[in-house]
Amino acid sequence: MIENNLPVLIIIVPLCAALLCLLLTGINRHLGRAVVVLAVLASLVMSVMQLGLVIKNGPIHYAIGNYKVPFGIEFVIDSLNAVIIVMISTIGFISAVYADHFVTDRRPLLHGAYNTIIALLITGLLGMASTGDVFNLYVFLEITSLSAYCLIALGGSRGIVSAYRYMLVGTIAATFYLVAAALLYGATGTLNMDDMAKILSSGDYDTVMLLSMCFLIPAFGIKMALFPFHGWQPSAYTHAEAGTRPLITGVMGKLPAYAMFRFFYCIFGTDFRYVRYLMLALGVFSVCSMLYGSLMAMWQNDIRKMLAYSSVAQIGYISLGFAIGTPIALAGSFLHMIGHAFMKGGLFFCTGAIRYKFGTTDLNDFGRIYKKMPLTCGLLTVAALSMIGIPPTAGFFSKWYLASGAADQHYWIYIAVLVISSLLNAVYFFKLIEKVFINEDAGLKDKWSRGPELPLTMLIPIVVCFVAILGIGLFNAKIVDVLLLTLGEVGL
Amino acid sequence: MDFNWLSWLPLEYRPLCAVLVSMIAAGLIYVLGEHIHRNLREAITLIASVLKIVLVYSLIPAALAGTEVRLELFRIVKGVSFALSVDPAGMVFACVASTLWLLTSIYSIGYMRGHGEKNQTGYFAAFAMCLSSATGLCFASNLLTFFVFYEILTVSTYPLVVHYRDDEGIASGRKYLAYTLISGQIFFAAIVIVYSVSGTTEFTPGGFLDAKMLPAPWALIVFFMMVGAGIVKAGVMPLHSWLPAAMVAPTPVSALLHAVAVVKAGAFCTLRVVLYVFGPELAKSCGGAKALAWMAVFTIIVSSFIAMRKTNLKARLAFSTVGQLSYIVLGICILTPFSTAGALYHIVAHAFMKITLFMVAGAVFVTTHKKDITEMVGIGRRMPFTMGAFALASIGIAGFPFFAGFVSKANIIFGAVEAGQPLYVATLIASALLALAYLMPVVLVSFKKEVENPEFMEFGEADLRMLLPLLMAAILSVLLGIWPNMGLHLFDLSLMAGNSIFQPLM
Amino acid sequence: MMITISTFLAEKGIYLLTFILLSLGVAGIVTCNNYMKKLICMNIMQVAVIFLFLCLGQKSKGTIPVAVEGLEKAADYINPLPHGLMLTAIVVSLGTTAVGLSLLLRIREKYGTIEEDDLLMRQELLSMEERQRRKQELQRIDT
Repeated sequence: MIENNLPVLIIIVPLCAALLCLLLTGINRHLGRAVVVLAVLASLVMSVMQLGLVIKNGPIHYAIGNYKVPFGIEFVIDSLNAVIIVMISTIGFISAVYADHFVTDRRPLLHGAYNTIIALLITGLLGMASTGDVFNLYVFLEITSLSAYCLIALGGSRGIVSAYRYMLVGTIAATFYLVAAALLYGATGTLNMDDMAKILSSGDYDTVMLLSMCFLIPAFGIKMALFPFHGWQPSAYTHAEAGTRPLITGVMGKLPAYAMFRFFYCIFGTDFRYVRYLMLALGVFSVCSMLYGSLMAMWQNDIRKMLAYSSVAQIGYISLGFAIGTPIALAGSFLHMIGHAFMKGGLFFCTGAIRYKFGTTDLNDFGRIYKKMPLTCGLLTVAALSMIGIPPTAGFFSKWYLASGAADQHYWIYIAVLVISSLLNAVYFFKLIEKVFINEDAGLKDKWSRGPELPLTMLIPIVVCFVAILGIGLFNAKIVDVLLLTLGEVGL
Repeated sequence: MDFNWLSWLPLEYRPLCAVLVSMIAAGLIYVLGEHIHRNLREAITLIASVLKIVLVYSLIPAALAGTEVRLELFRIVKGVSFALSVDPAGMVFACVASTLWLLTSIYSIGYMRGHGEKNQTGYFAAFAMCLSSATGLCFASNLLTFFVFYEILTVSTYPLVVHYRDDEGIASGRKYLAYTLISGQIFFAAIVIVYSVSGTTEFTPGGFLDAKMLPAPWALIVFFMMVGAGIVKAGVMPLHSWLPAAMVAPTPVSALLHAVAVVKAGAFCTLRVVLYVFGPELAKSCGGAKALAWMAVFTIIVSSFIAMRKTNLKARLAFSTVGQLSYIVLGICILTPFSTAGALYHIVAHAFMKITLFMVAGAVFVTTHKKDITEMVGIGRRMPFTMGAFALASIGIAGFPFFAGFVSKANIIFGAVEAGQPLYVATLIASALLALAYLMPVVLVSFKKEVENPEFMEFGEADLRMLLPLLMAAILSVLLGIWPNMGLHLFDLSLMAGNSIFQPLM
Repeated sequence: MMITISTFLAEKGIYLLTFILLSLGVAGIVTCNNYMKKLICMNIMQVAVIFLFLCLGQKSKGTIPVAVEGLEKAADYINPLPHGLMLTAIVVSLGTTAVGLSLLLRIREKYGTIEEDDLLMRQELLSMEERQRRKQELQRIDT
C-alpha cells in the first residue's frame, strides 16, 4: 500500500502536519513541533525507500487520483529527483530539529505558525521536485516562495524589507514562468511534461520554444539567484530567520535550478534548434555569477552576507553544468546541488550556532572561537574547504565532473573560470578560517550558562552535515552512477 | 629484515594502513589532546610512527622483487579508482618520510617542551596529518589519488606554518597558501585535460601521454601546468619565495618542510609528472624538460649566492634547500636512468643531511636562544656533539665522498655526462664548492678557539631528546654514503625506478 | 491595408494588449518608489497573465463549458482547463497580495514609511547608529 503511493505520501505527510500543527500547538506547545518533525522524518524514511525502488525498478510514474495521464497531474520520480528528494527531506528534517532554538516569541499561535510555515516550505520543495506537470510546478513554486517570504520576514525589521522586495521580484519570476507555460500550453495543448516533450520534439514549435526560453531564463534565474538576476538574494539570505536559514539558503535555490534542467533538457531536449544559444546564454550567466559572487563575497565583513554572495557563485557552478550539457557535466551539476546544500546548510548551521551562543555574526568577532566551539568550527572548516574544492570533500568532486565535462567539449574557458573561481573562494574562506583559528580572541561572552558546546538538537544537524560532506565526497561515484541512470539519456 | 610475523596483514593493505595509522593518530591527538596528559599524547605520535615504519619497511622486499602490490579501494570518481600501489620510486620516498617522522617526533618533543610552545596539540595533530598525506603521495598509483593527498598535504601544512599566530606567521601562511593553492588548482585543471585526452590517469613508468594526444603547443602548456605544482612546493626559482617566508614556524616544522615531507613532495610530484605521466620522450620533444632543467640550474647557482649573504642560520639553510631541491629537479630533467636514480637518492640523502642541519639550528636556538651565525662564535666548544653533527652534514651537502650526498650527486653527474651536457656537470661541481662556501664558515666560526662570548659558559649540550635524533640523522647520512644500500636497499630501489622508466626506450 | 491591420488586431490584438499590460506591471514594479504602488503593479502583472491564459482557452462559436442539450461536440465548448488553472493562479495571487500587504503593514510599523528611498535612508541611519554603538562598546571594554 505504502510502496505504491510513495511519491504522493512523501508530500502529503508534511502537508497534513503543517495543517495540524497550528491546531495542536494550541493544545500543547511541543505537540505541534513534534508532529512537524515526525512528519518530515517520515518523509525522509519514505524518500529513502523511494530512492531504493527507483534504482531497482526504474522511474515511477504516479497519476494523482488515477486521472488519465496527459489530463491529470502526474508525479514522475526518476533517479534524479529521487536523490534530490532525499536531500530535501534530510536537510528539512535537520532544520526542523534545529530551528526551534531560535523562536523568541513563544506564544502558541506564533510558535505554531512558525512550524507550520517550515512544514509548508518543505512540502513545496518536495512537490517541486516530484511533479511532472508544468502547472503543478507553478503551484508548488508558489507554496515554496510564499512560505519563504514569511520565514525571511521573521528575521527582524530588515528581514521584513528584504522579504517584501524578494516577494516583488519573486512574483515577477513566477509570472514570467506562467507566461512561458502559457506559450507552451498554447502550442502543445498539454501540461504534462513528458507529453509536452513528445509534441515539441517534432521541431514545429521552435519559435514558441525560443520565446518561452526568453521568459524561462529570467524566471528561473531570479528564483535561483543567478547573476544578473540575483539582486534580491544577498539581503534576503542575510536577514532571513536564523533557524531556517540553512533550509532557505541550502535548498531553496536548488529547486528552480532543477526545474530549469527539467525544462531545458527533458522538455526542450538537446535537439532543440536554438540549444546552442541557450547554452551560450547560460554559460555567460554562470561565468559572470561565479566571478561576481566570489568577488563580492571577498569584501564582506558579515559572515551571513559573505555566504550569501558565495551562494551566487555556487549557483553559477550548477548552471555551468547545464551550459556544458554532457551527462558527466550534468552529473557534476547535480552533485554540486546536493553537496552545496549540505555545505551551505552546514555553514549556516554553524553561523546560527555561533550567533545563538555569542550573539554575533561579525567576522571580526570570531577570533579563536574554535576553543569554545571545537565541533562547530570543525564543520565550518570542512565545509569551507569543500567550498574551495579541496579533496576529498564533496566540492572537489563536483568540480572535477564539471571540468572533465568541459574538457570533453573543449570549453577551456570554463575550466579556467572554475580554477579562478575556486581560488577566489579560497581567499574568503581562508579569511574565515584565519579568523576562527588564528586571530586574537575577541572576548565574546557566552549568552548561555556553561555546559556542553551546544544543545543536542543543534549538534545533530552539524554532525549530519559534516558526515554528509565527506560521505558525498568519498562515495561520489555511486551517486553519479545513480544520477547517470537518467542523465545518460538526456545529455548531449 | 624479516617481516613474516606481519603476514596476517595482506601485502596490498599495508600501504593503506601506513596512510591510515598517522591519520588516525592525527584524529586522536586532535580530539583527545587537550584532555589527556601530554606524555600520553606524545605516546600516540611515537607509537604511530613506529607502526608506520614497520608497515613501510615490510613492503621493501616486495618492491625489490618487483611484486605487484595494488589495492583498489573504491572509485574516487567515475572511471578512476582510489588506488594505492607500491613501486620503487614511491618506496624510496615513503622510507625516508616514515623514518624521519620518528626522528622528528622525538626531536619535536624536546624542542616544543624546551621552548615552552603553545598549541602543541594542534602542532602534533597537523604533523601527523602531513605525514599521512606524504605517505599517501608515495603510494598513490594514479594522478587523481595523488592529487587528493597533495591537496591534503597543502592544507595540513598550513596550521604548522602559522603556528605562532602572530602577524608574521599569518603573512607567511597567506603567502604559502597563495603559492600552493594557485599551483594546485592549475595542476587540477591539467589533470582534467590529461584525463580528457588520454582517458587514464594511471602512473606508468615511461609515461602514458604521447605527442598524438597532446599536439605541440599544448604539450608544453600542460607540462608546465602540471610541473608547476611540483616546482612551487620544491621551491624552484622564481617560485620559491614562500619557502624562506615559512621560516617563521618552529624549527621542527622547518625540518619537516625542508627535509621530510613538503618540499620533497614537490620534487616527487615533478618526478611523477615528468617521468610517469609525460615520459622521457614527450618531455624531451615538447621542450619542457630542457626549460625546467635550465630553471633548476639557475636556481642552484643563484640560491647558493643568496645563502652566502644570509646571517640568520635558518634562512641560510632555507636557501640551501632551495638549491639542493633543484638538484633533484635537474636530475629528473636530464632524462637518463642514472640521473633519475641519483635524483631519487638525493631525496634520501638530502633529507638526512638537511634534517640534521635544521635540528642543530633548532637545538642551538632552544639552548642558547641564538639565531644569527655571527653570534655563534665559539659555540662548538660548548656543544661539541651538536656542532660536530652540523659539520658532518655540511660536508655531506657539499658532496664529499663517503657521504650520502656524494652518491646521489655522482649519479646525477654520470647521467649528465651520459646525456652529453657538460654545462650541467659544471653547475653541479660549482654548486658543491658554493655549498662549502656557505656552510663551512658556520662550522669554523662555531669552533673558533677563543671563546668570545662569555655567556656561552653557562650552557651545556642540548637536551638529550634533541641531541639523540640529530646525532642519529648525522650518523645515518654518513652510513648511507659509505653503504648506500644499508638495510633498506634504497639505492637499489632508486636504480630500479630509473631503469624501469627508461626500459621501454632501450 | 486597413483590413489587414484590423483583422490582425481582431485576431492577435488581445495578445498585444496583455503584453502591454504585463510590461506595464513589470515597469511599475521596477520604477515606482512607493511600496504600495509596487504591490498594485504586481497585481496588474498577474492579471495580464490570467488574461493570456484565458485567451488561450477561447475559441469562436464556443460556449461556456457547461453541458447543454444538443451541443455534444467538443468544438462547441471553449476549453475549460485554462479557467481552472487560472482559478488556482488567482488564489495564489490573492495569497501573495495578502502576504505583501501584511508585510507592508509591518514595514510601516517599524520604519514609519513605505517610500523606498526614505526607507533605505532610515536603514542606513540605523546601521550607522548600530556601528557607533558597537564602537563605543568596544572602547568601553578597552578602557
